[in-house]
Amino acid sequence: MPASGTLQITGLSKGFVLARETVTALADINLSVPAGCFLSIVGSSGCGKSTLLRTIAGLEQPSAGSVTLDGRRVTGPGLDRGMVFQDPRLLPWLTVERNIAFGLNHRPRSEVRDLVQSHLALVGLEAFAGAYPHQLSGGMAQRVAIARALVNSPRLLLLDEPFGALDAMTRIQMQQEILRIWQAARTTMILVTHDIDEAVFLGDLVVVMSSRPGTIRKTMRVNAPRPRDRSSEAFVRIRQQLYEEFFAVAEEAFAYAI
Amino acid sequence: MSGDLTLPLPVAPPDARLLAGIGAAGAGAGRALGRGALYVALPLAVIAAWQGAYLAGVRPVLLPSPATVATTFWELAASGELGHHLAVSLGRVLEGFGIASALALPLGIGIGMSRTLDRATDLLIQLIKPIPPIAWIPLAILWFGIGEQPKIFIIALGAFFPVLVNTIDGIRQTDWRYVELARVLEVPRWRFVMQVVLPGALPAIMTGLRLGLMLGWICVVAAELIAASSGVGYLIMDARQLSQTDVVLVGMFTIGAMGKLLDSLLRLLERRLIVWRSDFTGT
Repeated sequence: MPASGTLQITGLSKGFVLARETVTALADINLSVPAGCFLSIVGSSGCGKSTLLRTIAGLEQPSAGSVTLDGRRVTGPGLDRGMVFQDPRLLPWLTVERNIAFGLNHRPRSEVRDLVQSHLALVGLEAFAGAYPHQLSGGMAQRVAIARALVNSPRLLLLDEPFGALDAMTRIQMQQEILRIWQAARTTMILVTHDIDEAVFLGDLVVVMSSRPGTIRKTMRVNAPRPRDRSSEAFVRIRQQLYEEFFAVAEEAFAYAI
Repeated sequence: MSGDLTLPLPVAPPDARLLAGIGAAGAGAGRALGRGALYVALPLAVIAAWQGAYLAGVRPVLLPSPATVATTFWELAASGELGHHLAVSLGRVLEGFGIASALALPLGIGIGMSRTLDRATDLLIQLIKPIPPIAWIPLAILWFGIGEQPKIFIIALGAFFPVLVNTIDGIRQTDWRYVELARVLEVPRWRFVMQVVLPGALPAIMTGLRLGLMLGWICVVAAELIAASSGVGYLIMDARQLSQTDVVLVGMFTIGAMGKLLDSLLRLLERRLIVWRSDFTGT
């Protein structure tokens, strides 16, 4: 059980060179995520939220500033951080079982078997251990991806719009599922989404990002008790505040574009 | 969850049953029969046209009748002569193809994985690849004499490039999303090659092997046409000199049938190896 998972982001900036011009994707991001926290990041598309997540994952290098996990600076990908992509990204030629085991390196066979078993149980897919990805539904495939990301017991789980491609019903199921997993695994989680409802339902903290360049516009604490009722007064009020914040941002961006 | 509510589906869609004009029980068998008939219709039509040409009075030495060719086939098969030549040709192809694959597969994987190796070998490969293997025959005979070696050399040369090029292509088609996934999970390079790159490249590699085997089979006949005392190519060349066009045709059919059989075997292997695919197979 990972006791830690404290993320600190200090003065993070990230620029890309596009057609010989530098585009600032992220500018001066400062963020502190306590261990065990569920953080949601919302923003319209192109606001750099995915870039921020990929930088935390170590897939992108910051142009300035730093990302530290439990005091150790992130310089590249590592097993202390798990990642769930928008597409399940399962290897089509491996069974569910072997897809989950794909993340396990240099472990004895019996340990691999036990870890795969317990993580199959965690996502409720014991019956599908021998199935191939093309035999799974979208929601099931994404649950396998979550199991694969958790099998190394990362201290931080990064979720990059993981339910964006699912239908509305499956989405709600998966949101409840990820909460259950979060409570069972006690891992710090960072979820990137464009769905305000999802951000509020899942997050202890919700960060609103604005675009061009990507900056943190506002950080809100969600003080509604869990399990959250989407129609409760507290939930609706927080969502309302976020909508106002979000659309103030969106309109500005729109005016800027004109 | 809704199992109790769904109605049992009919075995075949109703319109298919109507089209077949038979009862539901016979629909499956009828369709299978129809598919079988569709598969052999065109070859049968060619034989019918051939028989027509014979009846229309084409001189038998130019084109013997299907019946004559069938009789000759039966005689050559019964005497064991055809079997002997076929076994010799097949042995040569398998040896040459085996050598080509053993060289082309590791080299292809190496070139596919390494940009440096690719850069270093690309020009030479591109220059040699367009030379038809048959153009190597004069040199092959000078280098290796007229025994088995020049034939194996020509076959291996013919099979080498399809396997090599398709292996490289297959590896280059590795999905970047899986590369990223392997980075995030710190998958060691060896396992990355075995579990990500090679399975992804397998369809292309199998295509290369099928093309390579086919080219090897074409090359053995070409090599045997020139310098050989056995093999199906020799059988054809020998019959040509004696104007036995029926034997020539028997040899040609044998080549065609054997090529089809070898390809079917590799396709069967491909289907066994690639169980995860749910590809488009035509409408």
